[in-house]
Amino acid sequence: MAAVIVSSLSAPMPPTAGGAPRATHDPVWVRWTLTAVALVFLGFFLVLPLAAVFTEALWDSQKKAFRFGPYLAALRDPDALAAIKLTLITACIAVPANVIFGVAAAWLIARFQFRGKSLLSTLIDLPFAVSPVISGLIYVLVFGLPGWFGGWLDAHDIKIIFAVPGIVLATTFVTFPFVARELIPLMQAQGADEEYAAITLGANGWQTFWRVTLPNIRWGLLYGVILCNARAMGEFGAVSVVSGHIRGETNTMPLHVEILFNEFNSGGAFAVASLLALLAILTLILKSIIEWRHTRSQRS
Amino acid sequence: MKLRHLLFPIIALTLATGAAAKSTELLNVSYDPTRELYVDFNKAFIAHWKATTGEDLTIKQSHGGSGKQARGVIDGLQADVVTLALAADIDAIYEHGKQLPQDWQKRLPDNSTPYTSTIVFLVRKGNPKGIKDWDDLVKPGVSVITPNPKTSGGARWNYLAAWAYAKHKQGTDQAAQAFVTALYKNVPVLDSGARGSTTTFVQREIGDVAISWENEAMLALKEFGREKFEIIMPSLSILAEPPVAVIDRVAKKKGTTAVATAYLEYLYSDEGQEIAARNFYRPRKPEIAAKYASTFPKLELVTIDGEFGGWAKAQKTHFADGGIFDEIYQNK
Repeated sequence: MAAVIVSSLSAPMPPTAGGAPRATHDPVWVRWTLTAVALVFLGFFLVLPLAAVFTEALWDSQKKAFRFGPYLAALRDPDALAAIKLTLITACIAVPANVIFGVAAAWLIARFQFRGKSLLSTLIDLPFAVSPVISGLIYVLVFGLPGWFGGWLDAHDIKIIFAVPGIVLATTFVTFPFVARELIPLMQAQGADEEYAAITLGANGWQTFWRVTLPNIRWGLLYGVILCNARAMGEFGAVSVVSGHIRGETNTMPLHVEILFNEFNSGGAFAVASLLALLAILTLILKSIIEWRHTRSQRS
Repeated sequence: MKLRHLLFPIIALTLATGAAAKSTELLNVSYDPTRELYVDFNKAFIAHWKATTGEDLTIKQSHGGSGKQARGVIDGLQADVVTLALAADIDAIYEHGKQLPQDWQKRLPDNSTPYTSTIVFLVRKGNPKGIKDWDDLVKPGVSVITPNPKTSGGARWNYLAAWAYAKHKQGTDQAAQAFVTALYKNVPVLDSGARGSTTTFVQREIGDVAISWENEAMLALKEFGREKFEIIMPSLSILAEPPVAVIDRVAKKKGTTAVATAYLEYLYSDEGQEIAARNFYRPRKPEIAAKYASTFPKLELVTIDGEFGGWAKAQKTHFADGGIFDEIYQNK
């Protein structure tokens, strides 16, 4: 677990082939001190809290032993299952939507010159810049009953906020930049030479995209998808604003954790939290595997 | 990616569960501390409804700070019924969007409040700071936990109870305002709801005393044990009346007016009152109240109508934008 986190943090970008050459000539003790400081920091701020979540979830303080029964019961609770289902549905819609948008936007920005390009580039970053609470409120203001489309939606019996569509919309908004931000620098660095070559050899636009562009960006794309998915499943603020907190209906996993904690059910809260953490760790492992395969494919 | 293979079963599953859940469904939008009460009451009412009409019923719950929940209903949260912490929040639902008639509070007995509560102090075992009455809360060095009156109904009752005490003791509104200002100087965090405040005090162990709903304090004692906390009854407090109402706009649209009304009326039945009492709400019915008299100590209670001229006035004077609370909190 710790190894995964350390390796993923030390290599935020796909690493270059082979061992990195020594960049500094600092004395050994400096290097060791810096490493130790980093490890202690990671231990305190990442590994310890993460371990605490799992311990709290499994530890029975009355019997002074680890127990799996209450843990599984907390996850089998109908409200917990509904929260898990809703979280997965939300991610399954938000991530593909952002993949399509992200690839299109990155292609546009990396390959073409047009008016308003820098504006588009800035707009992509908007969801990173505004607080998630505001991201949620935007949708309440637009789709809420007194909002712009509220009356019309109500008359046609269409539910957006305080229902699944609102949660999907808010999540999509918040996770909007992940794929595009991952691809734009990659595509700009790669340049358009291979694509020009393909077109010169008679490929049409679609063929160029599928056979040249996509294979070139596939690792960056996967990396973006993984980050996007992690955030989509973990988002709290924006979703909390548009959810309405209806149990078994509009609570995602992070919201369900809060509810359980507020109901003095900290065992249940930590059980669901540990599942969420497990998904995050799985994501990180997946990411490390992808980086490792990427390195190998570059070497060969 | 095998996304296609994953997506279809999920969509199918969603549609299937959506289609299966076609029995009548009620949404009760409530405030923070009623979670346990409505878990019990919903079970009882579903059984009662099945026995009398043969219909299956699902009841969904949503909980949060009372003001925040009212805001949600105003913004279109499809509540068949609201069971909030105070009348002003349901008045707000009338004012912004007219989702129920102005005289909603006259539609059910006892001001539409089937159960009442009051405001008490929750302290740590042994009462290390020696807290006995409101005066002890303004002493320097005493850390007081109470939620934000802007979002929490309980917090507004807390505020008004403190105000009423100071006014009774010292006679003037100025003195009361000075007292309440001093009190909020001792508050390190304002949570958005009553339950948030309770967890701050109980689980995060911040503060020397929590001003709390009586029901919430008793629940904390039940959940965490009498060996950890004590309840202190102040010499004077306020009769807190958390009202209930059908949201006509939603109920009419969904065709649930009859069942939603029956749901609220059942709160006044013997069984409803018993459930309320067991969850530490003071029952209205004299017989049930007598049965649980030992649970609920008698103390001097002022009313919102007698002391503050009703919720509409109290809301405007104290909690509206630019009201006395804003003044107090800015001077903190």
